[in-house]
Amino acid sequence: MIETVTQLGLPVDEQLCIRKNRLQPEGGGGKRISIVTGIHGDELEGQYVCWLLQQRIAEHPECLHGTVDIYPAMNPFGIDSVTRGIPAFDLDMNRIFPGSVDGDMNEYIAAEIVEDIAGSDMAVDIHASNIYLTEIPQIRINEITAERLVPLAQKANVDFVWVHGSSTVLESTLAFALNSRGVDTLVVEMGVGMRITRSYGEQLTAGILSLMKTLGIWSGEAEITHTPIISSDPDEVEFLNAPVSGVFVKTRSHGAILSPGDEIGIIIDPLQGTVLHRVVSPCEGWLFTVREYPMVDQGSLMARILKGHTEEARQKGGEAL
Amino acid sequence: MKKEVLYEVKAIYRDDFRVTGYTFGEGEKALCIIGSMRGNENQQLYCCARLVSRLKQLEEDGALMPGKKILVIPCANPYSINTKKRFWCTDNTDINRMFPGYDLGETTQRIAAGIFEHVKGWQYGIQFASFYMPGAFIPHVRMMETGYQNTDLACDFGLPYVVVHHTRPFDTTTLNYNWQIWGTQAFSLYTTNTARVDEESALQSEEAVLNFMARQGLIHYHARGGYRSEVIHSSDFVSIRTEAAGFLKCFVKPGQRVTRGQPLARILDPYDLSIRAELKAPVNGVVAFAGDEPMTYANTAVLKLIREDE
Repeated sequence: MIETVTQLGLPVDEQLCIRKNRLQPEGGGGKRISIVTGIHGDELEGQYVCWLLQQRIAEHPECLHGTVDIYPAMNPFGIDSVTRGIPAFDLDMNRIFPGSVDGDMNEYIAAEIVEDIAGSDMAVDIHASNIYLTEIPQIRINEITAERLVPLAQKANVDFVWVHGSSTVLESTLAFALNSRGVDTLVVEMGVGMRITRSYGEQLTAGILSLMKTLGIWSGEAEITHTPIISSDPDEVEFLNAPVSGVFVKTRSHGAILSPGDEIGIIIDPLQGTVLHRVVSPCEGWLFTVREYPMVDQGSLMARILKGHTEEARQKGGEAL
Repeated sequence: MKKEVLYEVKAIYRDDFRVTGYTFGEGEKALCIIGSMRGNENQQLYCCARLVSRLKQLEEDGALMPGKKILVIPCANPYSINTKKRFWCTDNTDINRMFPGYDLGETTQRIAAGIFEHVKGWQYGIQFASFYMPGAFIPHVRMMETGYQNTDLACDFGLPYVVVHHTRPFDTTTLNYNWQIWGTQAFSLYTTNTARVDEESALQSEEAVLNFMARQGLIHYHARGGYRSEVIHSSDFVSIRTEAAGFLKCFVKPGQRVTRGQPLARILDPYDLSIRAELKAPVNGVVAFAGDEPMTYANTAVLKLIREDE
């Protein structure tokens, strides 16, 4: 059943409306999971997951024993205008949570969203990195919630679980707001902005069904095909930033297993017809993030490599990901 | 006066990105002033340019105190001003959400680190800041509530108000916050406008900075009276929110005194100009902020008042 989470009148003949679809067995009951996406208007991978999950449930409605709330568009303005943030305000929506019912329009909407999701037993917030980077399907967990969330993330059919350091700025995210209210919330990053990667959508949908099984709200099939590599040591992740501005042309795909000196891409100067920099791996590891958008400024992120873990990555099929 | 490039990034198709500083005097790092950090902060750049001009004259007149050095960085982000983009052109990130920066990180983290390297360690720091909502603000000095803020010093600007701002998580990456944490007495100076240059408030801010400098013994300058500043907390602002969206017609301006029940603004239907909502003063007070966009959304604080005792 389609429900309105919150609604506000816009200046000229339009309502801003955040909506969700609530799927329940007849008579209700059971636990509740919320699937959230579209906080960043340029990240669309979650759109396919929202659709596919409903397809899977519709195929076997008798297997549903709890509530599934699907929120496909937290930032409808952003999605409609191909804008990451909230366009009229140039504001990152994932920096205004938990919001405030007494705050401005955006803070009010944020507060209404948190209020609506609160009470769920679990939430999955689906992101797609941004338009610049392609990511292996992964779950990112703030170290302060690692004990609670890593065991759940292991059941989500992703390839990588990255436990990262705590940061004050991240306290303004939806995931932090929900986790603070006792809703176990997993943040998924996968694929790339402005695109849909069907295989990743299918992988994560199976993972969500698996999580639903864990909660006891799904008794149907949930085929787990991926076991995540888990990293909680900040020294294990190597960041490669562009030393010069130019055009980045990648030569390896994400998922590649790298040895020291392996080329990942080149930064070229099309005006002068020269190679400005050859981007090589400084270590043995697994390329779990690689730049998709070619233009780079000095400092732009080009790749993230998980050092070591190559045997586990090799078992995943390396480049085949 | 010494002009020098403090930080530089080479680009492929644009001229190099340069952050330029103007140094006056020699000696201990007394005062650092920074202007526009975002592409729409024309007023903030203009205020700094006025100060560069005034300080150059004061230096030539021998009015700078010996042993005190002053640094002015009029613009920390020329690229965004030149392309009329509010944030960093390539990835829309905000330099003022990247402090203290990271010299091995992403572009705006590196720029923030490069700037912070030059602006940290000064005794006093002043940033010409802007409000994220379009509109006009009453000129004031704002300080983050970090535990290190010194409101008595802020009163030396002689502006009508000193506002102590409750720190939120996303404020911890601003220059003002990090300045304070690293031991600089930091002040954000808000003039009336952002995108449009307002001569009157630019002149007022120039006098305020010169007053402050004179009172800290940095320059020989006959400090004009200014205001006896009132120290308030940002939570003391009374926000007046729109109940409806539509055309916004404000009847009041910043600095204007209003009484409880006084009509302050109307929201009009954009198709027939019928009144959708009338905003009235809920308290006696002074208008601190008035939105100036022709259209407003609902639930938007288009006016802020500073409450006065009834």
